[in-house]
Amino acid sequence: MHIAVILKQVPDLVEDVEVDASGIDIDRDRVAWKLSEFDDHALEQAVLLKEGGGVEVTALALDAAGVDQLLYSALARGADRAQKVPTPDRRTDAPRAAAALAPVLRGMGVDLVLTGVQAADDLNGQLGPILATTLGWPHVSVVSGVQLAGAAAQVQQEYSGGRMATLEITLPAVLGVQAAARPPRYVPISRLRQVTASAQIVSAPLAAEAAPLSTAVSCLAASEQGSRAHMLEGEPEEIAEQIVDVLRERGFVGARG
Amino acid sequence: MKGVLVYIEADGDRVAPISFELLMAARRLAEQLGGPVEALVASADPEPLAEQLGAADTVVAVTSPALAGYIPEAHQEVLVDAIRLRQPAVVLVGYTSAGIDLAAGAATAVQLPVVAYCISLRAEGNEVVADSLLYGGKLVATTRTQLPAVFSVVAGAFPEAARQPGGAGERIDMSTPSALGQLRTRLVGISSAGGTVDITKAERIVSVGRGIGGPDNIEAARELAAALGAELAASRPVVDSGWLPRERQVGKSGMTVKPKLYLAVGISGAPEHLEGMRGAGLVIAVNTDPRAPIFQAAGYGTTCDLCDLLPALSARLRESG
Repeated sequence: MHIAVILKQVPDLVEDVEVDASGIDIDRDRVAWKLSEFDDHALEQAVLLKEGGGVEVTALALDAAGVDQLLYSALARGADRAQKVPTPDRRTDAPRAAAALAPVLRGMGVDLVLTGVQAADDLNGQLGPILATTLGWPHVSVVSGVQLAGAAAQVQQEYSGGRMATLEITLPAVLGVQAAARPPRYVPISRLRQVTASAQIVSAPLAAEAAPLSTAVSCLAASEQGSRAHMLEGEPEEIAEQIVDVLRERGFVGARG
Repeated sequence: MKGVLVYIEADGDRVAPISFELLMAARRLAEQLGGPVEALVASADPEPLAEQLGAADTVVAVTSPALAGYIPEAHQEVLVDAIRLRQPAVVLVGYTSAGIDLAAGAATAVQLPVVAYCISLRAEGNEVVADSLLYGGKLVATTRTQLPAVFSVVAGAFPEAARQPGGAGERIDMSTPSALGQLRTRLVGISSAGGTVDITKAERIVSVGRGIGGPDNIEAARELAAALGAELAASRPVVDSGWLPRERQVGKSGMTVKPKLYLAVGISGAPEHLEGMRGAGLVIAVNTDPRAPIFQAAGYGTTCDLCDLLPALSARLRESG
């Protein structure tokens, strides 16, 4: 069983994300990049399946800034191989990513592709369904559990209201992972150093198919100027008192005394 | 190419609220673009759903036992078939679990562009200008897309169309796509998160997000919840990290809650989270990032560090009894 996991870096949303001078893109030099959290879960799920036995894992990422570091950390986490995939114009939106990845995946003889259910910047839809449809494979997104069963996989798909479906999908297939069965593991820096010194990252030849259509951004802006909330200021004790006053006013805590 | 096709989602025999929101968006677009609003119903038994869709001009129904439960592959085949047959200018799909499966997949199959995370849509000539929430709701991207095209729309972006019983004026029954006979995906079963708590019934909720940092601070939040007589809940990253069980998750893939009081602690307010708590009464948000989108959904907010604030607030509440 050969599982490919597709990884991507996105801006760390804990930090500020600013719009650049062009007005249509983020200021890419001023954001901190990190592995997309859903891809992090996809990688963890792939490694968990590998630990179940009989599974090889290849980590794939489009060739973009920081890709080597991203792939080395995937190897340190437990991927067997890592490969970077070039795009014709270094653009990495989901339709272009699918076009670049599809021929590579076909050539690798992959049984199952795992990727994050979404990424914080995927304006042109989610990679999983686009990639699967390009490959002619079935797909399921919002997946929070995967069990292998011969030539099929059983997956859990989450819906709103806390409902969850179990679907059985014949391989090859593509899954958009929301959450791995266990939280992503921590890798000690010594392990990462060791892998970086010894492991090899393969570069795939450029073989992108014609990309599905993608849409260009004409304006990018902060979602709303200022906040609607009345902001409480002061020391923690003072803010706590103001919050209790609000709660008292609205009848959530009893009147004073 | 004419009109707007809406993919209808069902919750049992009921049309899901997101579908009524899409019908409102579709009506506004159809007024600008011309053509009908068509509602696509894919089901083993479309009748109960079709009867609720008076807000559409046309119900396009596909009936098959293979559509008895939601199977992504089956519904994508139906949506693709409907787009080919009806040739709409605009296809609207909700940004839901099903919408994530279907919008991008169907668009790719019929070679149309797809724009995700839409919060507003307006027609200009033969284009649709859409605003999409990106980067966890921090930025809005505006796009102009040549029609025909597919748009996935965030829940809560449009008001619901009036629920007019009696069905739409016109009914079109499509033939069943042959691919439904050779599906590679099978529905095994459906379960509920089930558990000992039901946060959907809670009147007061203290909800923790990624900013809580780790299990230690969750204890401080638990104490605050106890002092307030509130249930403890969480946003998705906290649950995915294994710090709290899934039955306490609020958001698109968790529970939808409508408490009178919602204290959001270390929650940034991504659209997926806001979807699960937009019915809350008083919202108080604690987040060190003054630009966090949660402050747009809150009545009161503070950027005070939660490590300092939570114990102070718990102590003061206990004093106030």
